[in-house]
Amino acid sequence: MSNAVDQYLNLYGDYREAIGSHSAGVLNARRDDGAEALARAGRFHVRGDEGYEKTSVDEMFSPDFGVNVNRVNMPVDVGASFRCGVPNLSTLLAVVVNDRFVPSSTLIKNLPAGLTVCSLAEAAREMPRLVEKYYAKAACMSDASVALNTMLVQDGVFIHVARGTRLEKAVQLVDIFHSSTPLLAPRRVLVVAEEDSHISILKCDHTQGEDAACLSSEVIEIFAGRGARVEWYDIEESNASTSRRSQLFARQEEGSELHICVATLTNGVTRNDFHIDVAGGHASTRLSAMAIGSDRQHIDNSSVIRHAADYGSSDQLLKYVLDGNATGAFEGVIEVCHGARFVEAYQSNRNILASSGARMHAKPQLLIYNDDVKCSHGATTGQLDNNALFYMRTRGIPEAEARRMLMQAFMVDVIDTISLEPLRDRLRHMVDRRFAGVKAGCAECGSGCPD
Amino acid sequence: MNDILLKVTDLHAKVEEKEILRGINLEIRPGEVHAIMGPNGSGKSTLSSVLAGNPAFTVTGGSAIFHGVDLLSLSPEDRSHEGLFLSFQYPVEIPGVSMVNFMRAAVNAKRKYFNESPLSAGDFLKLMRQKRAIVELDNKLASRSVNEGFSGGEKKRNEIFQMAVLEPRLSILDETDSGLDIDALRIVAGGVNQLKTSQNATIVITHYQRLLDYIKPDFVHVLYKGRIVRTGGPELALELEEKGYDWIKEENR
Amino acid sequence: MNKEYLDNKNVDSKANAGCPSPVADSSGTSVIKEVAEGDYKYGFVSDIDTEIIPVGLNEDVVRLISAKKGEPEWMLDFRLKAYRHWLGMVPPKWGHLRMPDIDFQAISYYAAPVKKEGPKSLDEVDPELLKTFDRLGIPLQEQKQLSGMAVDAVMDSVSVKTTHKEALAEKGIIFCSISEAIRDYPDLIKKYLGSVVSYKDNFYAALNSAVFSDGSFVYIPKGVRCPMELSTYFRINASGTGQFERTLIVADDDSYVSYLEGCTAPMRDENQLHAAIVEIIVEDRAEVKYSTVQNWYAGDKDGRGGIYNLVTKRGLCRGDYSKLSWTQVETGSAITWKYPSCVLMGEGSVGEFYSVALTRNHQQADTGTKMIHLGRNTRSTIVSKGISAGFSENSYRGLVKVTPAAEGARNYTQCDSLLLGSDCGAHTFPYIDVMNPTAIVEHEATTSKISEDQIFYCNQRGIPTEEAVGLIVNGYAKEVMNKLPMEFAVEAQKLLQISLEGSVG
Repeated sequence: MSNAVDQYLNLYGDYREAIGSHSAGVLNARRDDGAEALARAGRFHVRGDEGYEKTSVDEMFSPDFGVNVNRVNMPVDVGASFRCGVPNLSTLLAVVVNDRFVPSSTLIKNLPAGLTVCSLAEAAREMPRLVEKYYAKAACMSDASVALNTMLVQDGVFIHVARGTRLEKAVQLVDIFHSSTPLLAPRRVLVVAEEDSHISILKCDHTQGEDAACLSSEVIEIFAGRGARVEWYDIEESNASTSRRSQLFARQEEGSELHICVATLTNGVTRNDFHIDVAGGHASTRLSAMAIGSDRQHIDNSSVIRHAADYGSSDQLLKYVLDGNATGAFEGVIEVCHGARFVEAYQSNRNILASSGARMHAKPQLLIYNDDVKCSHGATTGQLDNNALFYMRTRGIPEAEARRMLMQAFMVDVIDTISLEPLRDRLRHMVDRRFAGVKAGCAECGSGCPD
Repeated sequence: MNDILLKVTDLHAKVEEKEILRGINLEIRPGEVHAIMGPNGSGKSTLSSVLAGNPAFTVTGGSAIFHGVDLLSLSPEDRSHEGLFLSFQYPVEIPGVSMVNFMRAAVNAKRKYFNESPLSAGDFLKLMRQKRAIVELDNKLASRSVNEGFSGGEKKRNEIFQMAVLEPRLSILDETDSGLDIDALRIVAGGVNQLKTSQNATIVITHYQRLLDYIKPDFVHVLYKGRIVRTGGPELALELEEKGYDWIKEENR
Repeated sequence: MNKEYLDNKNVDSKANAGCPSPVADSSGTSVIKEVAEGDYKYGFVSDIDTEIIPVGLNEDVVRLISAKKGEPEWMLDFRLKAYRHWLGMVPPKWGHLRMPDIDFQAISYYAAPVKKEGPKSLDEVDPELLKTFDRLGIPLQEQKQLSGMAVDAVMDSVSVKTTHKEALAEKGIIFCSISEAIRDYPDLIKKYLGSVVSYKDNFYAALNSAVFSDGSFVYIPKGVRCPMELSTYFRINASGTGQFERTLIVADDDSYVSYLEGCTAPMRDENQLHAAIVEIIVEDRAEVKYSTVQNWYAGDKDGRGGIYNLVTKRGLCRGDYSKLSWTQVETGSAITWKYPSCVLMGEGSVGEFYSVALTRNHQQADTGTKMIHLGRNTRSTIVSKGISAGFSENSYRGLVKVTPAAEGARNYTQCDSLLLGSDCGAHTFPYIDVMNPTAIVEHEATTSKISEDQIFYCNQRGIPTEEAVGLIVNGYAKEVMNKLPMEFAVEAQKLLQISLEGSVG
């Protein structure tokens, strides 16, 4: 058994009662399963495991992190800190400080009919049957990180959209790390979009303070009911001492639409997994991701889109620009199950290495068990287009600026997959600043967002 | 001497290991139009690329003095600021970069070079509007990515539009007529003629005489195997049109 | 899918009894079924006296094999080192393959046609053996020998005959069985054997290094362009045995050789193991073309029997501007596990991989290539065409690696999969590692079913569906077939056609 696993199993053994007493029955009911699965796995994935060629999850979990088992309040001045507000997009805001859910006053006051956004523990206490129906039902417990999260998680975010509810405002979750000592935060989000409902969720990850190492162990479960539409946007702007192990599991019913867009702008070590089970027919999925790496950033995205029903369509676009000594990895699987007919699935991975220290690993995969399909993937790794660079320079644009413009332009089609226009503009701005070398924190941000 | 805009002396250049220009000599004065003609592979496009500073080519000898400035020592962007404009034979598509951003970056970079403050958004848009009219360029193209999805004619008109915006002292039109139908050709040539003053000059690189019906050259040079083998007036172009290039090849065997 | 068209065709097919029904016909009489169940024409067994050593593997068996071949001490040491290393290894499990555990103690590691005493003239070769190779289209008799092609014929564990040897020797080319090479050219063998594929490389490479019985050795001296195609024909005949051959090709500076490999085996209900190693060394400006038409017995339509083809093939482009090109047409074997690879070490060296892999019935193939870019301005091209039918599983697995020193490296990969039927699988697993920013690496892959529009178009022009499928598949595979030497291309095309049409050749 690896040390990493050992330390958390010991922690669980010692604090089982305390962990449970600050949580809720539905969550507590699954903890022992998690512990058992974690013990069975014995270790987290290490570099070189199939699917983990470049990222060692075990290393991410091995430092001696603390877990805030007793829910000690770590106050953070949310108002004065990161808001990441999107202008012209007055969102329904909630904050997660480490692993504690903090609703904003506007959220409580303005919650529209048909929408529930609350603490997961609270939801589990107040509507246990609903939460139980979905909690840990999509996430795959045989993965050690999911097992650990399920074993330790005490709270999280619960989002429920009632049947036929089509929300105009987006829900915004701001995850903030704030700790003076090394900290592991088990984070959990459960999204249930009932039949014919629409919801957009924007999640922003930040780390406050520079020094203490922190690790986000995040499990997100999304259930898109028949004809439901769920948009999930995730922007990470953490720092070099932050590790993020994020796993998103989605299940799509008939005719549902799921759109995921993930942007990693600044970070330490990040591994994002997307497991999307397209269970219902005529469902469509779109996954887009951008990763901008410099210094020693490491960004690894892994996707599995499994088409189990007829007439499914999926489209994936993942782009990386890596500078300095940044490393990137992408592994993506399109699986078309036996009997799933008329599926169209596409995947495109484009990468630019901008320095001699940057590294990229790509492994796009197709697993096709049916003949009535149209599937393709493409992956390229290269540099900026020299012809374009020369063309711009002949028009008088200095080389450095031309490079920056081309890098921004490279990301445009990822940004364009976002359907919320204000968010698109905001992200474009953030990307511009990122390439210009400006750290995009609220303090330096000039966008003058409200709140 | 001050009268000379561009003086090219014994210019040699190679791409990879192949020598393409083998001693070009050329003098251009303000107000003049020079046509450079020649069979395929004679080095016409290489000459334009080398003058504009394409890093794919290596200059192995000779000089190019542009209104007193050593052109070959400048970066491509500084050559542009100094007033050299190249209309590309194959304008490059740049997905994701809008025409507006592209031109604003170009205009403001030039202003910065001359220690001028950036144009305000309003002034810039006004400038764009004004210049677009010269080549009847559709406003819609401005919001699109640079050259992406443009037709052949639109691309060439876009080149002349950029030339109008940047107001160069010397424009090199590299095979600007290739791929143009007669209407587009007339519009493009009309734009070039409108921009002509007694202070600037134009080099027209072309394979055929056709374009020269619209843009009247003062001098015609024939480039062959990396050298200018013959120079004459407009009548030389007509002679080439009539007799083809074979006699030139014959003479320079 | 055009439903209307299908319905019409269903009616038609009843009206015109005897006409093949369209691909998409679900009635079960479709061409796809025929495609999936076509016959194997090389499945006969020859009645040849064969010496087979008892099953099982231990150090004594390794010593016995070495002794039977009269090998020097250093060769035995090589084998024993490999054997001892193998003991500590486990079979790789990462392939997309369902492979039962192989009982390595249930296999005989040496089988040889019994040699009669006397002079080694061709007249003395067992007539039954000659007949066997005749039936395979590989005449070994002097008068019948194929001109323009020298053949080394390998039956079970030993080389039977190498043709055109003398003509080649005049140019200084060595083409002989590896056993002879160990005896006659020990310095070359010591220098190169295991230098590209170490016995530590993988489980099957270690096994082969311990027990390999025969194979071919080729040496092309500096500046020599080999005047004819060199070819090895591998035949498994004996039952209960495995075949472990070893091929070593060395192309010295400025030389050129085109090498072909063909293989067949009888139809048997048992699975037989074939674990080969091919090593190639390409020096400065030399070029090697290596072509394979792999047609081992694939098992019957229910997946009984067939060869397990577990092969390690790798070439080292050591010289500057050297070039290695792999072309393979894979139609046989119950299970194929092989990745002909290029290590591009020399500056400006070039690696190519062109593959057509057709699987049907219950065949499984996990095949592809590795292109390791070490040198500056190295280039590689990968074109892989998979065709899956029946209940088969067909996977492309490839690695493109650009190391930090490989300035200006370039790779282009295209891998396409064509599905003929809804019960088969087509999979793609490319691994792409780029560690140099001046590299350009492109990978494109598509998977689709055979186009109904194309079939309909052919039908409308009077071409029956069965033939149309053949035409379309051949067109699809053409890019690769064109890379084969002429004689082979015809053969390979026929093979594809046979596999597709289900006709007996």
